Amino acid sequence: MSAVMPTDPVAATAATRRPKPLSERLRYLWYLSRRSPLTLLGVAIILMVLVMIVAAPWIAPYNPDKVSLTSRLLPPSAAHWFGTDEVGRDLFSRVIYGARASCGAAFMIVLISTAAGVLIGCFSGVVGGRVDTAIMRLMDVVLALPALVLAMALAAALGPSLFNSMLAVAIVRIPAYVRLARGQTLSLREQVFVKAARTYGASPFYILRWHILPNAMSPIIVQATLDLGGVVLIAAALSFIGLGAQPPTAEWGALVSSGRSYMLDQWWYATFPGLAILITAMGCNLVGDGIRDMLDPRLRGR
Amino acid sequence: MMTGLSLERGHALAIHNLSLEFPTFSGAIKALDNVSIDVGKAEIVGIVGESGCGKSVTTMAATGLLPKGRYDITSGSVSLFGRNTLAMDDGELQDVRGKVVSTIFQEPMNALNPTIRIGKQLTDVIMRHEETSLPDARRIARDILADMLIGEPERVMNLYPFELSGGMRQRVLIAMAFSCKPGLIIADEPTTALDVTVQAVILRLIQNRARRTGTSVVFISHNVAVVSQLCDRLYVMYAGRIVEHGATRTVLEAPQHPYTQALLRCLPERVAPKQELEAIPGAVPSLLHPPAGCYFQPRCKEAVDLCRSRSPRLAGAEGQQVACWRRGVASETSGQEGRQ
Amino acid sequence: MTKGVHTARPILEVSDLHVRFPASRNWLGRPTSHVHAVNGVNLVVHAGRSLGIVGESGCGKSTLAQAIIGLAPHAQGRVAIDGQDFQAAQGRERRALRQKMQIVFQDPQSSLDRRLPVWRLISEPLHIRGGYSKAQLHAKAEQLAVSVGLRPEQLDRLPHEFSGGQRQRIAIARAISTDPDLLVLDEPTSALDVSVQAQIINLLLRLQRDRGLSYLMISHDVALVRHFCDDVAVMYLGQIVEAGPAGEVLRNPRHPYTQTLLAAAPSLESPLPAIAEARTGELPNNRRLPASCFYKERCGQAAEGCETPQVLRRAGARQIRCHLALG
Repeated sequence: MSAVMPTDPVAATAATRRPKPLSERLRYLWYLSRRSPLTLLGVAIILMVLVMIVAAPWIAPYNPDKVSLTSRLLPPSAAHWFGTDEVGRDLFSRVIYGARASCGAAFMIVLISTAAGVLIGCFSGVVGGRVDTAIMRLMDVVLALPALVLAMALAAALGPSLFNSMLAVAIVRIPAYVRLARGQTLSLREQVFVKAARTYGASPFYILRWHILPNAMSPIIVQATLDLGGVVLIAAALSFIGLGAQPPTAEWGALVSSGRSYMLDQWWYATFPGLAILITAMGCNLVGDGIRDMLDPRLRGR
Repeated sequence: MMTGLSLERGHALAIHNLSLEFPTFSGAIKALDNVSIDVGKAEIVGIVGESGCGKSVTTMAATGLLPKGRYDITSGSVSLFGRNTLAMDDGELQDVRGKVVSTIFQEPMNALNPTIRIGKQLTDVIMRHEETSLPDARRIARDILADMLIGEPERVMNLYPFELSGGMRQRVLIAMAFSCKPGLIIADEPTTALDVTVQAVILRLIQNRARRTGTSVVFISHNVAVVSQLCDRLYVMYAGRIVEHGATRTVLEAPQHPYTQALLRCLPERVAPKQELEAIPGAVPSLLHPPAGCYFQPRCKEAVDLCRSRSPRLAGAEGQQVACWRRGVASETSGQEGRQ
Repeated sequence: MTKGVHTARPILEVSDLHVRFPASRNWLGRPTSHVHAVNGVNLVVHAGRSLGIVGESGCGKSTLAQAIIGLAPHAQGRVAIDGQDFQAAQGRERRALRQKMQIVFQDPQSSLDRRLPVWRLISEPLHIRGGYSKAQLHAKAEQLAVSVGLRPEQLDRLPHEFSGGQRQRIAIARAISTDPDLLVLDEPTSALDVSVQAQIINLLLRLQRDRGLSYLMISHDVALVRHFCDDVAVMYLGQIVEAGPAGEVLRNPRHPYTQTLLAAAPSLESPLPAIAEARTGELPNNRRLPASCFYKERCGQAAEGCETPQVLRRAGARQIRCHLALG
């Protein structure tokens, strides 16, 4: 009965796929993104912003804080691509350096709220019962707080600073992640492989560590990427109304804010930082959409 | 294919040498390779095969149900009551799918609108296909439901789909499929999700109604026993090819193709308790990189060199045809060689 | 279930097991009605033997399996493994009992975490038990993988790279990793093609011979149970209606429900049965159990005496819950 021996060479050949080399994976990513050129555009934008953040000192033609009263409010030219501000600082350099404050702040906000939200949400989902109910009601309360009001309260209590406004925005964003993570946890908890682990005597912590967290991450990452765009806007808005980065720090929202007074005669002052905000937010959203589509099971394997 | 067309007049469905590919990142998946299926008028035909053998793809391609732009038909023709469905646009297909052919799927919940009462869904379908008043349509719906042995049709018509059990929902869907008076019904694993007692009733209902109205039925199933109880003729598919077809009794009592033989031998029904079953070693080949020659050759005990190099074509008498070199009747397929 | 002739010790003993789930709750969260999924089941699985549980969906067979394995809380009754009460055991003792009984689920696609490599999946019960190094787990997984017909070089792959049959082999390797006495098989081949089903069934039979395993197999496939099991119990509405040696019960059924079930099972040997509609109707509502024989409403042979609840009575080698069949 050699034909029915499970060790028959044929019996084991169905999984003949070798572990894929990196080049193959990259080629696959390229294949997926070629299907949506908008995602590629988003990736290009994000890469550009990343380069700005990392290489600002090399790209920026001037010191962003160097005051030059002889060249105040110059229009865009070959020497000053984005023109200059009211004390003669080069706006192109300030926009490039501004990426650090603006995007750094946005990134930190998303990181803090995601980490806190995932921890609280998974905990809540795994423990369940009254603890779960209490946590979720608390999240409802937090959700009812307007970010701006909380930021103002923090600013009033601790003084206006980029960090305080970041904290305010991050806190307000936590409930969204708590809900997402908790929902994931609840549905994963009913999965057969989790039940199987329970029959082997796995502790809730073991299940959380090995089964729930790894499987819950992809939708959370998508959500975080999509959020990044919105948070860039909010961080800019907080700085715009004076609750965030304080002048003379180069920050896009703050730049737009000070450029506002010169809007009619020196259009370039507010326009270029504003465009930077717009383009960055759009890039984040495009990438977020792209990642979501790639993770969509209906598009898998095509 | 002019001669073919005139021949097909007598057929409800005639699929000729249909080959179909799904383009993917890693290459084309050759889902169907020269599949030919004929369904006569008022005939019940079964398509049997394991998952991934292309049995659903065949009928979905024939009725235009595959997602547009995701597949390429590389050869072949489909004639549904003499009309070429491969050349139709969406509107024509929609029209054909309602009036000429109906499909019953495995999961009845997905095919019913959960927010509309059963009665309204049924009368909508009836009124779309016939010029009737609402009371008449309701009467027709009631009769069809009663025909499906549904106890209180009036009551059922006032229910929403989720208020019915799986077996009841499937009966409503069958009623819906028959209510458009199609010439052909495609039943794609309609009883796989149901219990055996319910399955027996549903098979009976399909059979009775089809016989009485002269409707042709294509019954797709992985279950040889079910097909044996229902169908006049059957096609056995393996990895996107038809390996054997013929009258149900003939094929099941004297299977010729090694795959059909193995498929019947591995059923526990015919083996003494606790004895080893004659499993078919290995798994279905990847259609991305199918083996050379006969697709069953890597798992076949009888394979010889010829099987490993060239694909056999269906051959034999009208009553039972087999695609196998070892049965001495096969000839080589034309056109397959180039694609390997 | 006992035939009386076995000398083998009982591995699993289930007595008077009841499982019910809250179906609705009042505003305080207290249940106001229950779904009665399992209603007083007694069964025994002897060492090295297989017991099949047959029934239609909703008959409580899967709930029974889950209750035995400890995934569903039971309201009443006792589950004993190798003579020790599983429910009453605590801490270390309970963990030790767990190792003696493992489950193989229906669909290997969902019972294997798709993010873990095969060696990690197979050795998960040992990983949870603790005390093994990574190298030891890998070695142990390799040994188990080979014993179920997988190749050692496949151990670092992810489950999606395998076919359904191979995934079920992985699940079986995982289940035998703790060297259990009993495997609960919950429809182990329903998600697979017949040719692959035969491979898995052969593997399970071979493991039983080699390791002296006992099986409790849940299935809706009568032919499969007849082939695979020594004994069978037919369930209806959470009760066993007929039980005994598989060959006898499934070739010559005596309870009216078993008869209907067997007649309806598709077969190559018989034509499509003409079953009366009444007998294939819906299962009675299991929120309020009937006061009569549970099968009375659908039974074609219902007669006087069926208004009272039926008890499972011994008749030769088998047990039947029907006063008419017992004569």
